[in-house]
Amino acid sequence: MGIIEDIENTQKRKTVPNFKVGDTVKVFSKIIEGSKERVQGFEGIVIKRTGGGVRENFTVRKLVQGVGVERTFPLHSPKIERVELLRSGKVRRAKLYYLRKRIGGQATRVEEGEGTNESAPA
Amino acid sequence: MNGLIGKKIGMTQIFDEKGNALGVTVVEVGPCKVTQVKTADKDGYDALQLLFGKKKREVRLDKPEELKVGDEIKVDIFKAGELVKVSGLTIGKGFQGTIKRYHTHRGPMSHGSKHHRLVGSASSGTTPGRVWPGRKMPGRMGGGQKTVKKVLVAQVIAEKNLLLIKGPVPGKPGNIVMVTKE
Repeated sequence: MGIIEDIENTQKRKTVPNFKVGDTVKVFSKIIEGSKERVQGFEGIVIKRTGGGVRENFTVRKLVQGVGVERTFPLHSPKIERVELLRSGKVRRAKLYYLRKRIGGQATRVEEGEGTNESAPA
Repeated sequence: MNGLIGKKIGMTQIFDEKGNALGVTVVEVGPCKVTQVKTADKDGYDALQLLFGKKKREVRLDKPEELKVGDEIKVDIFKAGELVKVSGLTIGKGFQGTIKRYHTHRGPMSHGSKHHRLVGSASSGTTPGRVWPGRKMPGRMGGGQKTVKKVLVAQVIAEKNLLLIKGPVPGKPGNIVMVTKE
């Protein structure tokens, strides 16, 4: 099975951004419009990290005018320029789906501090 | 050169030059040895008999090529961005019903229905008084030769004899597949 692992290792990014579920991050992704390329930021709470290796994805959730917006990014995608860690959150779950049911100010509230969950893979 | 024999390794994901994630099948292709050269004069058509491991396959040629017995052909006959077709033995599914085999619809599961996953009507009544040939019925599924056509070569790793083909390819990992140019 070494062949597939070798291919996957060439696809991985050199430095993996360090963040966990519950953290507030800003994801800078490259967007190509015609011939122009620009960088767009998406700021919110990381509600899940799924998959492993090159196939790892993470989902960021934010509120736009009271409406929840979620965006899933492939962690190793070259379209992601960088991920900025704004605030680390203390959560006790690997998937923060409970935030979807919350409304108003509660919806974005995650206690600050180092999280106890071990969702971040090595 | 039109095609080579390969071995399916498995599937993974890569990012293309635009940064989009692409599901690819890894196929180890060649190097294949020429074991026989067939010519139009002698055999009625131009072809090469190739050897890969212990497997022999024949590849048709559009026009005679200057290759002789013992020559080795490598994966670099394929280029990234090219369209190929890949044929191999599909995974055997055993005896299956019409829903899995032909994607027919299923009946209601509740409200007193007992027509869950059955074949619907087989045919009409007295006329024609028989079942039309070709009626989709349960039976053996898979385990046959299938070809996927117009599949994209996403990447060629020549030093490792690997071909990354976009999408799935018939068969299980370890199976012998034939990769030919479109």
